[in-house]
Amino acid sequence: MYFCPTCSNLLLVQSDGAQQQLYCQTCPYIYPVVKTIVQRKTLDRKQVDDVLGGDEAWANVDKTDASCPRCEHDRAYYMQIQTRSADEPMTTFYKCCDIKCGENAELLVDLNSEYRDRRKDAVKRVIANMTVGKDVSSLFPQVVKNMQTEDLEMKKLVYLYLMNYAKSNPDLVILAVNTFVKDTDHVNPLMRALAIRTMGCIRVDKILDHLCEPLRKCLQDDDPYVRKTAAICVAKLWDLDQERALENGFVTILQDLVSDSNPMVVANAVTSLAEMQESSVTKDVFVVNVAIMNKMLAALNECTEWGQIAILTSLADYKPLDSKEAENIAERVLPRLQHANGSVVLSAIKVLMIFMRYIKNEEFIKGLIKKMSPPLVSLLSSAPEVQYVSLRNINLILQKRPDILKNDVRVFFCKYNDPPYVKREKLEIIIKLCSDKNIDQILSELKEYASEVDVDFVRKAVRAIGQCAIKIDEASERCVNVLLDLINTKVNYVVQEAIIVIKDIFRKYPKRYEAIIPTLCQNLDSLDEPEARGSLIWIVGEYAEKIENADELIENFLETFLEENSQVQLQLITATVKLFLKKPSQSQEIVHRVLQTATQEIDNPDTRDRAYIYWRLLSTDPQAAKAVVLSEKPPITVVNSTISPGLMDELINNISTLASVYHKPPTAFMGNKAFSADAVKKAAAEDAKDQEQIIGDAVLETGGTSSPATPKNTVADLLDLDFGSSEPAYSSPTMSGKPAASGSNYNADLFDMSSDMSSGMTGGGAFGGLGVMNVPSPQFNVSSQPAASNTSNDPFGDLGGFGQPQQQQQQKPPTAQSSAVNDLLDLF
Amino acid sequence: MASAVSAIFILDLKGKVLISRNYRGDIPMSAVEKFLPLVLEAEEDSQAPAPCFTDDGINYLYIRHNNLFLLAITRKNSNATTVMLFLHTIAEVLTEYFKELEEESIRDNFVIIYELLDEMMDFGYPQTTESKILQEYITQDAYKLEVQVRPPMAVTNAVSWRSEGIRYRKNEVFLDVVESVNLLVNSNGNVLRSEILGAIKMKVFLSGMPELRLGLNDKVMFESTGRAPTKGKSIEMEDVKFHQCVRLSKFENDRTISFIPPDGEFDLMTYRLNTQVKPLIWVEALVENYTGSRVEYLIRAKAQFKRRSSANNVEIHIPVPDDADTPKFRSGIGSVQYVPEKACVIWKIKQFQGGKEFSMRAHFGLPSVKNLDDADKRPPVSIKFEIPYFTTSGIQVRYLKIQERSGYAALPWVRYITQNGDYQMRMPDSVKASKMAPI
Repeated sequence: MYFCPTCSNLLLVQSDGAQQQLYCQTCPYIYPVVKTIVQRKTLDRKQVDDVLGGDEAWANVDKTDASCPRCEHDRAYYMQIQTRSADEPMTTFYKCCDIKCGENAELLVDLNSEYRDRRKDAVKRVIANMTVGKDVSSLFPQVVKNMQTEDLEMKKLVYLYLMNYAKSNPDLVILAVNTFVKDTDHVNPLMRALAIRTMGCIRVDKILDHLCEPLRKCLQDDDPYVRKTAAICVAKLWDLDQERALENGFVTILQDLVSDSNPMVVANAVTSLAEMQESSVTKDVFVVNVAIMNKMLAALNECTEWGQIAILTSLADYKPLDSKEAENIAERVLPRLQHANGSVVLSAIKVLMIFMRYIKNEEFIKGLIKKMSPPLVSLLSSAPEVQYVSLRNINLILQKRPDILKNDVRVFFCKYNDPPYVKREKLEIIIKLCSDKNIDQILSELKEYASEVDVDFVRKAVRAIGQCAIKIDEASERCVNVLLDLINTKVNYVVQEAIIVIKDIFRKYPKRYEAIIPTLCQNLDSLDEPEARGSLIWIVGEYAEKIENADELIENFLETFLEENSQVQLQLITATVKLFLKKPSQSQEIVHRVLQTATQEIDNPDTRDRAYIYWRLLSTDPQAAKAVVLSEKPPITVVNSTISPGLMDELINNISTLASVYHKPPTAFMGNKAFSADAVKKAAAEDAKDQEQIIGDAVLETGGTSSPATPKNTVADLLDLDFGSSEPAYSSPTMSGKPAASGSNYNADLFDMSSDMSSGMTGGGAFGGLGVMNVPSPQFNVSSQPAASNTSNDPFGDLGGFGQPQQQQQQKPPTAQSSAVNDLLDLF
Repeated sequence: MASAVSAIFILDLKGKVLISRNYRGDIPMSAVEKFLPLVLEAEEDSQAPAPCFTDDGINYLYIRHNNLFLLAITRKNSNATTVMLFLHTIAEVLTEYFKELEEESIRDNFVIIYELLDEMMDFGYPQTTESKILQEYITQDAYKLEVQVRPPMAVTNAVSWRSEGIRYRKNEVFLDVVESVNLLVNSNGNVLRSEILGAIKMKVFLSGMPELRLGLNDKVMFESTGRAPTKGKSIEMEDVKFHQCVRLSKFENDRTISFIPPDGEFDLMTYRLNTQVKPLIWVEALVENYTGSRVEYLIRAKAQFKRRSSANNVEIHIPVPDDADTPKFRSGIGSVQYVPEKACVIWKIKQFQGGKEFSMRAHFGLPSVKNLDDADKRPPVSIKFEIPYFTTSGIQVRYLKIQERSGYAALPWVRYITQNGDYQMRMPDSVKASKMAPI
């Protein structure tokens, strides 16, 4: 139904020649029907109030003697309501005091029925109620009574009920134990397995006493189906009571099952043992040695796909004695790459990646890598969710072994109907695979993406072009041309993104593409995002001497100076000062005005402080100001790996798992947030004792906000910045929170970084940390935090320290901390 | 690195739980309530939600199937690929049981779904997922059987996919070699990607436990055995994946494909190869846009394969603007239809002989007012077709040997077909010229 937008009347249909149209009866509005109009609205069922006021109305009512017509219980709650006119007496309502009576009463009767079909039907209805979330726990004894039956389906239903409600009726579970034990002796193996499986799932202590005997029997059952079920059951017992599992010797029996004749049993035994090993204190439950490894390899060929995954996962824990042995195992694992199940393939690749560390024969490694590429490519023909997981893993593998897919970049080109999350990952991989051989192909592809509709994706594509330019020197010219083409499309967000990217290119190749500046300046009016504005202002300031009307441009921006985002303000101040230093004659008035406005009218301490600094610099020693503001900026580079080597190895050990998808170590997302923040705090405290409190708090603060951020870290980005070169003049807006494509935030604004830190802690002296520290290697990355906070406390007037890098070295932080640091750095 | 999942849920699109199974009890089942809000939140941030994410120490992995979510939650660093594949397997198995997996069929069959979830996963570890085997001992009317069901031998056998004692009066095997061509052409007409995804599908009606051996004109095999192919060419497959029944180690050693097949239908193997062959059906589109009034398309389609073959049921989908109206078509062959709900024109050609070329013109009126906010999305031209008796790669089945203890004779039948996979050609930019004659 459509309504007229002007007079709100219902639109009627009429046909206008070949076409239908909707028209308004009162005004000339017409809506041509050019395609099928579909509107869907789900109607919410009206919530009907309980006539008697629901459970709450019955909460505090009185009891009286009354006999229940259904269950003959002799007490009942009652309540009186005036239902008729006021001169009539009230109506009394009763409710039986027996909780079993009422909703579940009918079920109760049926459960006790003498007819099998009726009982079964009742059990089904109980389960149906349970499924939709109604509480049927009060029927426990009656349901359990139905457990003794030869009917397998009925039995399964009762077991299902038991698993759900055993926790709420721990005392009554004992009723079921006898039947369980009897069932584990049943002639039908299906029954035996079912009983032992269900017993393990009832997580009630009482049942454990009765579990051990049947479990022992089942572990030695003749039927492999029972044995494989029992093998998993040991892990269940372990989960509840490790002591008991050890005392009863189940662990030993399980270890023996690894040499079972049946591959399914072997697989499940391995699965259980692996899980137990993880939670065991002594870590001696399952140590993969040569004998076990050989047994597992033998079973590998024959068990189900899931079993193969379990075996491969455990195989990865084996430490080969020498290169030769590692080669042999790799040979045995290789055929798994041909398996149809993508998880088997990835697990096999994980084993190969790990064993490559032990293999010394370079030729052999090359051969392995060659064989790994086609299966990885094939993973891209699976379901999108699996593709996503695979792509994240490929991303990881590429960082470790960059030459693995170098000729296959085409398969990562996005298809029109790929889901956005797949496109995003493909784009990341395309950038990683970009080289001077395929750059033309990639560029034309990226250009294509830049004309799509998904704004987020388009922006990423534009950024990717910039990264190509920074990565490949020879291609930078072509990249810039593509960017100019894009700017000429005049699509607002494309233009803004392109300008941000071009700023990066200018940093990488100073003085090479000055010719395009006029084109950029033409788009000045269309920029409304702070980052894009900041970027353009930076360009104008940097090349002030080359731009004739630089002062006009700056002037133009200054009109709205007070309304701008603080990042743009900072940038404007810097650009104005640059302009002044380059063309003192034209801009004396401007610079004076800017500094005055900034110091007097702006509340933001960062902006104000920066203006003060410039002012003092300019008034005391213009030469020093020149040296500081116009100093050479360190060139930026693209790093292919954004993961530190230590973390990399850990992630390789976790290929195909969640850790490899998030690109974070398991400890970072397992357990709750408070835990990880605590760990970080502790580590930080050890690190810099004198600043314990401040840092701990800061880390805690930032760590908390950043942990939900997408798994992507930019440690290396920051590390590549040479903090030592004094560069107070340079700053660009940060892209906090967003996982910026690597490369775009090389010039991650260290001014902002330090001022964020300091304003968080000291609230005042915001001018710290600027160009006063050196971060030599990833291991030291955490030291940038304390260093920043340290210098932030420097006396404000101590400008002498400026430009003279003072080396700050902190002791190497424990590796566990690196993840948190990644989180922190994500913010920038 | 235990890969166990804690619980599995099937939810509708509003996030209501239709059915759930808690395997480990280490996560409160209420955790699921946070699932949909988290997904929606990610959607709002304009970041497409990834299929797995973590919140408050709980990891959510989910897939979409029709109008359902299948969700697994875990606290551990589980094997994400396994979980995703397992969720897909659940969807597959349930589809095979109920034909259609949707809200209704779940409500109607909750009992059997519980049974299946129980059998397919134990304590969070996937167990038996072969639907044919499951169907042998988990059936909807199990209780009607007089004899009690037992676990089929196959569940735990080395041959976990075939039961013993199968009998057919006529022993036959059907082999279908199906190749789908994936093609991506950019707007300048350059082929960006062209690959073939082939599958050998089998339909097996054989008694007993037959041992099969399949011979292909596989180049690597010829080379390793030192025999030149007797006639015809050999092909080199880039990546081969086999059904779990194929002995992988044997294939790795001497490239022979030997196996004991499951009963009925299954995909024996899939393979992939990158080809440099000419795209089978080439489509050129010329778009003339008279802004604010009309748009005209000139489509040329060419069949670039042998004259002897012909493509059947060719469908060329040409995207047009959402708001195009008054369609007019002229084509040399086939029928053209405007499908406004998909915003495209479908040009259907029943039979398209190799080497032929046809063209089609389409004309649309456009509303004079255009919403400027609507960025032009440009979906690609996509093409559907089937070419029987033809494989692009040239793969051939040389022999299929069947051996069984009883020594019966069995007939293998082989068919070849090539069809479209992801066959897309990006639309060129529209030109503003007017050299086309009006219709």
